[in-house]
Amino acid sequence: MSDTAQPIKYFEKRERAYPKRVWGKYRKLKWVAMIVTLGIYYLAPFLRWDRGEHAPDQAILIDMSAQRGYFFFIEIWPQEVYYLTGILVLAAVALFFVTSLAGRVWCGYTCPQTVWTDLFVWVERIVQGDRAKRMRLANGKWTFEKIWKFALTHSLWIVIGMLTGGAWVFYFNDAPTLLEQIIHFEVPWSVGGWVVALTFSTYLMAGFAREQVCMYMCPYSRFQSAMFDKETMIIGYDADRGEKRGKHKKGDSWDGRGDCVDCTMCVQVCPVGIDIRDGLQMECIACGLCVDACNEIMDKVERPRGLIRYDTTHNREARLSGRPEITHVLRPRTFWYISVLVIVGSIMLYGLINRSASELHVLHDRNPLYVTLSDGTIRNGYDIRILNKTHEDILFSLSVEGIENAQIRVQAAGDPDPSALLVYADSVAHYRLFVTAPKPSAARTTLTFTAVSADGEIVETYSGLFLSKGR
Amino acid sequence: MSKIDKDEHTGVETTGHEWDGIKELNNPAPRWWLGVFVITVIWSIGYWVVYPAWPTFSGDGERGGTTGSTGWTQYSQLEESQAEIMARRAAYLDRFDASTFEEIQADPGLYAFALAGGTSAFKDNCATCHGTGGAGASGYPNLNDDDWLWGGSVSAIEETIKFGVRANHDDTRYSEMPAFADIFAEDEISDIADYVLSFSSGDDFPQRGMELYGDQCSLCHADDGTGDRLQGAPNLSDAIWFYGGTKADLVAQIRKPKHGMMPNWNVRLSDSTIRQLAIYVHSLGGGEAEQ
Repeated sequence: MSDTAQPIKYFEKRERAYPKRVWGKYRKLKWVAMIVTLGIYYLAPFLRWDRGEHAPDQAILIDMSAQRGYFFFIEIWPQEVYYLTGILVLAAVALFFVTSLAGRVWCGYTCPQTVWTDLFVWVERIVQGDRAKRMRLANGKWTFEKIWKFALTHSLWIVIGMLTGGAWVFYFNDAPTLLEQIIHFEVPWSVGGWVVALTFSTYLMAGFAREQVCMYMCPYSRFQSAMFDKETMIIGYDADRGEKRGKHKKGDSWDGRGDCVDCTMCVQVCPVGIDIRDGLQMECIACGLCVDACNEIMDKVERPRGLIRYDTTHNREARLSGRPEITHVLRPRTFWYISVLVIVGSIMLYGLINRSASELHVLHDRNPLYVTLSDGTIRNGYDIRILNKTHEDILFSLSVEGIENAQIRVQAAGDPDPSALLVYADSVAHYRLFVTAPKPSAARTTLTFTAVSADGEIVETYSGLFLSKGR
Repeated sequence: MSKIDKDEHTGVETTGHEWDGIKELNNPAPRWWLGVFVITVIWSIGYWVVYPAWPTFSGDGERGGTTGSTGWTQYSQLEESQAEIMARRAAYLDRFDASTFEEIQADPGLYAFALAGGTSAFKDNCATCHGTGGAGASGYPNLNDDDWLWGGSVSAIEETIKFGVRANHDDTRYSEMPAFADIFAEDEISDIADYVLSFSSGDDFPQRGMELYGDQCSLCHADDGTGDRLQGAPNLSDAIWFYGGTKADLVAQIRKPKHGMMPNWNVRLSDSTIRQLAIYVHSLGGGEAEQ
């Protein structure tokens, strides 16, 4: 029982990062990446793609109410969602491939979390000033200056959040029409709900959570090391050259010491708040800002650039042992990633090229399985569904083969002729079908159902059963 | 308790309870939890005012309880939902009621409406005897086939559903076959059964069976065994048997016939529902054209 005992601490307190402004090759690349990715995000829904009069002309559209997905020349129905699975597989493997070559460049340059955080930090800097000013303001008292600067920062963040959510909904609705509706505040609650939710999540994730998303929420950053090998490009501090670090006055000799002047610029510009000189860390998103910062300093102290740089572990070992520095693009790891990419890509391409314009589905009645008619013949009932994925109405002729003297009848409004079943453009037609035949000797007879379009170009078949067991 | 026992590591007072050296800390409930608890208490008072909350004494059939300032109850919500459904249905129902069976069967929208209503009404009311697929059972007719005791046009089916068979209604379908056990000897009944079976099998039959059939059975079942729908007399020459098609089944039926019964649904179901049911049953596959 001692009064000095400290209560157990369960959580580490977060040290908020105030990234310092930096300029250089990688910062430039990040700006370009931001402009390109945001440009795609905001402008893509407004691209048009002509699909004829029965379908929307938006190039990228997920039409929830009509249950259709459009991507330029690709058009999918809900049951073809495996294309989406394929795209996700491709995206995942492509990510693995890029990571095994160049490290976490996705995290550093193009991940939405990074892009929006970068944008929010930029807003923060424009309003409140650079790192030192921001820290002073955040830790200082609530003065009038602090209040208006914070209010302005948060307002701008929320505006950006609204624009983010506002653009998202365009992918699910006709963009120009919805834009008109938004301008007039006449949006459906579902659209409004999404805008509010994404405004809030953007504000929360890019304004507050920031690098914690990468550290605690994102599973990818946790298993990134599984894709690394010795020839993966990583951002590293060249300790062989940098140590022993220490302050350096102009004119002092560089003999007997390393190039690192311990200016901590690499730490100050880091958006995730780590010290890259401690080696590769889980938190590092490989954005390269520390490289830019260090190069600037190296220029000033007139030492060669690249004390912090993209390099591989393999190169370091080669340097130390005097072998030439070579990076192989094709390694067992990358070979397998490329193989999976090619295989999955080929399967998807094959599926896309051979996508049928129509489908025929035949479902046998379950109750009753068959009906004995007064003349002793047997009748089986089926639910027929004919999908027409084209943008034209099609007349289908339905026929059944596999059993002798079979008669077919379609049970639907207006008693349609089985040889002229109308299926509207971009829709599914549902019919009841009765097949009547003299009682076959076998309890189960295999039937082939065939639907042929009027022009004979579409032929769909379905294999089904004719049942007649029992009395 | 005079002595306060404090936990060594956390400095928190314990409850004095100890299990195998593990002591329970007497931590207070978290502030936020206490706050939420107080808020729920305040909330409940508002709830009593706004919503029905307290039971009161009420007589039979009355809805007791305080009503709340909004007047909202689950009963009123149910009534609103039902009214909403009826309003939605009314758009079709008016057109449905005003159309003939032929018009309905030619109109995809009305036909789908009728089948949807008929399907659910069939499952609620008819499936108990006729089965969910309408396939029936021994003594309960199969509604999928083309053999009809009282007619298979939509209007004939409608009338059967409305007034029932041997039901308690003046217009009900009614037929009664006499019990021949007292009239015929056993061997005579056997001969009649053989003759009846020969209609569908084409086998040889005893002459006496044909004569007795001609005397006693042909009046209702017709000379060739095709039956008579006006009297509800089954067709004996086809492949479908109501009470079974073996000779023993026939003998039993001639000796002491079974008579099924179907209620007159006009007292339970609306005319519209009965019309929907008739269209649904007609669609099962054996429906006939109007006479």
